[in-house]
Amino acid sequence: MPNMSLVKNPMPTQSPEERIKNFNEVALGYTEEQAIDEAKRCLNCKNKMCMNGCPVKIAIPDFIAKVAEGKFEEAYEIILKSSSLPAVCGRVCPQENQCEGRCVRGIKGEPVAIGRLERFVADYHNKNAQKAPMKPLKNGHRVAIIGSGPAGLSCASDLAKRGYDVTIFEALHTPGGVLVYGIPEFRLPKDVVKKEIDGLKELGVKINTNIVVGKTLSIEELMREYGYEAVFIGSGAGLPKFMRIPGENLKGVFSANEYLTRINLMKAYKAESDTPIMSYTRVAVVGGGNVAMDAARCARRMGAEVYIVYRRGMEELPARKEEVEHAIEEGIIFKTLTNPVEILPYIDKENPRSPGNMSVGGMKCVEMELGAPDESGRRRPVVKEGSEHILDVDCVIMSLGTSPNPLIKSTTEGLATEYWGGIIVDENGLTSKEGIYAGGDAVTGAATVILAMGAGKTAANAIDDYIQSKKRAFD
Amino acid sequence: MYKILTKKVLNPTVVLMEIDAPLVAKKAEPGQFIILRTDENGERIPLTIADFDRKKGSVTIIFQIVGGTTYKLSTMEKGDSLNDFVGPLGKATHTEGLKKVAVVGGGVGCAIAYPVAKKLHSLGCEVHTICGFRNQDLVILEKEFKKASSKYILMTDDGSAGEKGLVTDALRKLIESGEKYDEVITIGPLPMMKFVCLLTKEYGIKTVASMNPIMIDGTGMCGGCRLSVGGKMVFACVDGPEFDGHLIDFDEAMSRSNLYGDFEKHKYEEACNLFKKEVK
Repeated sequence: MPNMSLVKNPMPTQSPEERIKNFNEVALGYTEEQAIDEAKRCLNCKNKMCMNGCPVKIAIPDFIAKVAEGKFEEAYEIILKSSSLPAVCGRVCPQENQCEGRCVRGIKGEPVAIGRLERFVADYHNKNAQKAPMKPLKNGHRVAIIGSGPAGLSCASDLAKRGYDVTIFEALHTPGGVLVYGIPEFRLPKDVVKKEIDGLKELGVKINTNIVVGKTLSIEELMREYGYEAVFIGSGAGLPKFMRIPGENLKGVFSANEYLTRINLMKAYKAESDTPIMSYTRVAVVGGGNVAMDAARCARRMGAEVYIVYRRGMEELPARKEEVEHAIEEGIIFKTLTNPVEILPYIDKENPRSPGNMSVGGMKCVEMELGAPDESGRRRPVVKEGSEHILDVDCVIMSLGTSPNPLIKSTTEGLATEYWGGIIVDENGLTSKEGIYAGGDAVTGAATVILAMGAGKTAANAIDDYIQSKKRAFD
Repeated sequence: MYKILTKKVLNPTVVLMEIDAPLVAKKAEPGQFIILRTDENGERIPLTIADFDRKKGSVTIIFQIVGGTTYKLSTMEKGDSLNDFVGPLGKATHTEGLKKVAVVGGGVGCAIAYPVAKKLHSLGCEVHTICGFRNQDLVILEKEFKKASSKYILMTDDGSAGEKGLVTDALRKLIESGEKYDEVITIGPLPMMKFVCLLTKEYGIKTVASMNPIMIDGTGMCGGCRLSVGGKMVFACVDGPEFDGHLIDFDEAMSRSNLYGDFEKHKYEEACNLFKKEVK
């Protein structure tokens, strides 16, 4: 008999009072009993709507059926056929817009907690798996992957499973891309990421860190001198945007990228880390996406009172619902329909040489109201007259989105890109150059982990076809 | 891991290290920089490349001990390895078509000015070098510069070596004596570069300054190294590190560079104490 409860099994979490004092994971994960009980809510529909919502097409009802039977390892095998990073996706996917958004159970009540079940299965495997995965037979063909974020990892995984000799080139000193520098420990523990990457290494994938493609090596060198037959570009969208308002270069104004990188990649919140981070008392995070929530919740854990400043309303926040809820629980104050116009300097009039001078002394904002819908279909915010006011803050974190890094485009002749920097590809991820594929944020601009993984997967298929067809022509 | 091939103490606070990094050496050009980490918990620090040997596969860095990381680095020895070493980053110095250039270095900035002078000299450009130090104990690379320049002027604040005075005094004298430079290239402390740029603006001589702001990744990702140049926001790591000195907002750059001053001082003392304990 299916479990006809209208609501999901609640996710056990650290209490808000407790968790704002640490960086440990907020959501603690289902127990075996909770997972089985939740799995029984799945009706195993004939028309599997949930799968249509999944960018990598995981056989969702099949794996959930195995969970319901308590066969967790078998459930894991099913997920692994489609996804190379289940422990990551179970934690960071926007399920409400994807699989769970289409779940029949969601029509009357809450959908099946697919994400939580995926996470449970992956964690179960990581904790209990005994045997090392089978190393696939090498086929002798070499592929280079640029960037070790979600797109690159998923492309590498799919190719390695088919026997390709895969090498990943990573610019930073630790692999994982946004999974290690962007998403905080309390949402995605770095041990989880490391385990998934170790799994790839066991498949035979090589990872070279500290290589900036476009600087240390060029794509042309990789193909000509190093003999890679195909290249996948998954270099992400790392360039932070600023508002171009006065005062953005004051001390105490950071891009969300910088703030998060200091905390996540460099572990600046730990005493043993040599990387500095300042403690502020009142922090404004400008923006309403997942990155803004991450930055705000980090600043909260660093001990500050934190504001989210967003020019549209609560309904329009682009962040995952769960992140917004967690942020609210943690006491983050939402100043929606508010837009900054200037960041004001602090100046000690008594002491013109004070090192504190030219730090953030406040942020001048205006209130907004929603007008007619714009080209994105969202109602365009317009300034409310006479609404200028000053928000008393000593730190501003700009979280306005990112654009693709121009380094690869500027060093790869003939690589076609959009005017805003995105690499142009066809439906298989092929760029304007033979043998060079791309996917993830480098193509789309800032999007989600799972979309990047889907693009990596598509490109892996296309690279396989390309190399095999070349081989056939040669034979 | 990146092995330290040689280590030389140039003066009490400045150390030279030659690092085994063949891929970086293969591409390095004067004006570019690297980012290193000493160990697993280390911070990423940018250092401009002081020299490179493509055949040997090595890159030379010269650094001043100013904070925790540079102190830690200074305690490492030949044969030890750095955890991370990535580059070459940033754009190379523009050297094409220059016939006569004044290179103005200050303090440890001279280490970065040296490969620029060397390259210009090898291209047949007439190089006049002015190097400034606080006193004779801090003078570095005198021999090397003399080889790479047709004129070398050494300045010290106290006159204990070379002439007494500031690099700007020497530069003004040269310009006043009728020397015509296509360009002035200046590398050193921010206040020094600021005044060099103010001087050359008076005479309308194009001037390039090499900036070394706080940064993390060095690939355009963090935006921590942003500067105002000609009223526009630029990132030193990808748009620079060299910019038109007459357009740089030096006061803003100076203010931004002292953000972690207290932290650095604290980390430096901590590193010193730790090292003393280990030695005992």
